[in-house]
Amino acid sequence: MIRFDNVTKVYARGARPALHDISLEIEREEFVFLVGASGSGKSTFLRLVLREERATSGTVFVAGRDLGNLSNWKVPALRRQIGAVFQDFRLLPNKTVFENVAFALQVTGRPRHQIRTTVPEALELVGLAGKEKRRPHELSGGEQQRVAIARAMVNRPPILLADEPTGNLDPTTSLGIMRLLDRINRTGTTVVMATHDDEIVDQMRKRVIELQTGDLVRDQSRGVYGASR
Amino acid sequence: MRFQFIASEIWIGLRRNLSMTVAVIIVTFVSLTFIGSAALLQTQIGKFKDDWYGKVEVSVLLCPVNSAKPVCASGEATSEQIAQIEQVLESPEIAPEIETVTFESKAEAWESFADRFEGQWLLSQVSEEDMNASFRIKLTDPSNYQVIADILTGRAGVEEVQDQRQILEPIFRVLGGATLVAAGLAAVMLLAAILLITTTIRLSALSRRRETGIMRLVGASNFFIRLPFMLEGAIAALIGGILSVTGLWFAVKYLVQAQQSSTMQWVPVVTTSEVWRLAPWLIITAVAVAMVASALTLRRYLKV
Repeated sequence: MIRFDNVTKVYARGARPALHDISLEIEREEFVFLVGASGSGKSTFLRLVLREERATSGTVFVAGRDLGNLSNWKVPALRRQIGAVFQDFRLLPNKTVFENVAFALQVTGRPRHQIRTTVPEALELVGLAGKEKRRPHELSGGEQQRVAIARAMVNRPPILLADEPTGNLDPTTSLGIMRLLDRINRTGTTVVMATHDDEIVDQMRKRVIELQTGDLVRDQSRGVYGASR
Repeated sequence: MRFQFIASEIWIGLRRNLSMTVAVIIVTFVSLTFIGSAALLQTQIGKFKDDWYGKVEVSVLLCPVNSAKPVCASGEATSEQIAQIEQVLESPEIAPEIETVTFESKAEAWESFADRFEGQWLLSQVSEEDMNASFRIKLTDPSNYQVIADILTGRAGVEEVQDQRQILEPIFRVLGGATLVAAGLAAVMLLAAILLITTTIRLSALSRRRETGIMRLVGASNFFIRLPFMLEGAIAALIGGILSVTGLWFAVKYLVQAQQSSTMQWVPVVTTSEVWRLAPWLIITAVAVAMVASALTLRRYLKV
């Protein structure tokens, strides 16, 4: 689903690479934790998958596309294949829960009848049925993240990227979000989650990829957060 | 759905930057009004020229009884001299240049002079003896005046060859100058309009960074993301354009045409139909300028 072949990313000429010669493959329907300290290259990894950045050298393949050769006008089609959630939720404060989720469908030009049926399904999936009319500031942090996940999943993308989705949440709420992501993964979505949260990683026992100052230092199936801590 | 969504996005954008939107409308309104005025003035000059050049004549003034000019030292033009001039006018070299020739005798000149200044002081100061007999020549092409002037000037009995066109030239120079001034102001205002549209779109894009960020993330096409911003600029420019057309229409209808019907019926002037002919061009210009300015701004501020 996602393949990196000797990928290096250098932001400024002469600077230390943010990612250095990374090669790995993430299979369809896998659940992968991306761990490492701040500045280890986790976010750069996710930005390369979303083609917000291009690799300086090497090749990135996502959902069968070579992102190095992908022309700009085809990038939106790629991003419809990828859902993304972030630590800061990125919801629109002046829209209701329903409108926030519907936004993803509206801006990709879906017909109204499709929005009417798929948005409630997505809210049902994340456990927010009945809260359609609330605004983000009326919800708890965990609920806001669920709205963000519903928005990411409403297009039914085969890949879900999560950049520290539990970073702003307390442990109990985080656990709820993790259960949700696990359930999404079980229904056939490839999930890549960047995180600092050692407890969660240790508990879930999924594949762990560890980055350290841009280098791939560990790729372990059913791993833990790591001894290097 | 798409249409409704884009329309609501545009409405939000315009309302959020209301003062800037109003500024864009005003500046496009003023700049287009100047462009329109320049165009109408040019049309007006064209009309004057068509009308007046059709009427103007070359006057060959013959020597009167008491002339101060040395060419007339021998006194009033004799009938032989007049006949000679007539022959020249009928000669094959210049006959094709001439459409009609009328001879106005001293008596006829006096009659029309007396008619024109009847009851005025000037009339008591002159007599029939002071009048010039003249040939009034209408040329096939009014700009060929010089040919006639060269042949007839200095000939015995001819006091002066006058081209009436030269009387009109200063008027056209003034009108031409006014056109240039209007066009110059239009150019400056248009520049201001472009800069203002650019700034407005940039502000609009910045104030909706959150929305556009999410749009990019969920895979909205670039066109879809940029369209509301471009239409925002275009709508403001469109309103400015409509205002300027309205302004020009009122100006022509109630200033120019009303003036003409009361005081200067003999002058052909621009009409509202010319404003209508101009209107689509003004509006297309405004909208196109706004779209291009927005598109260029967005290229810098909304990257893929």
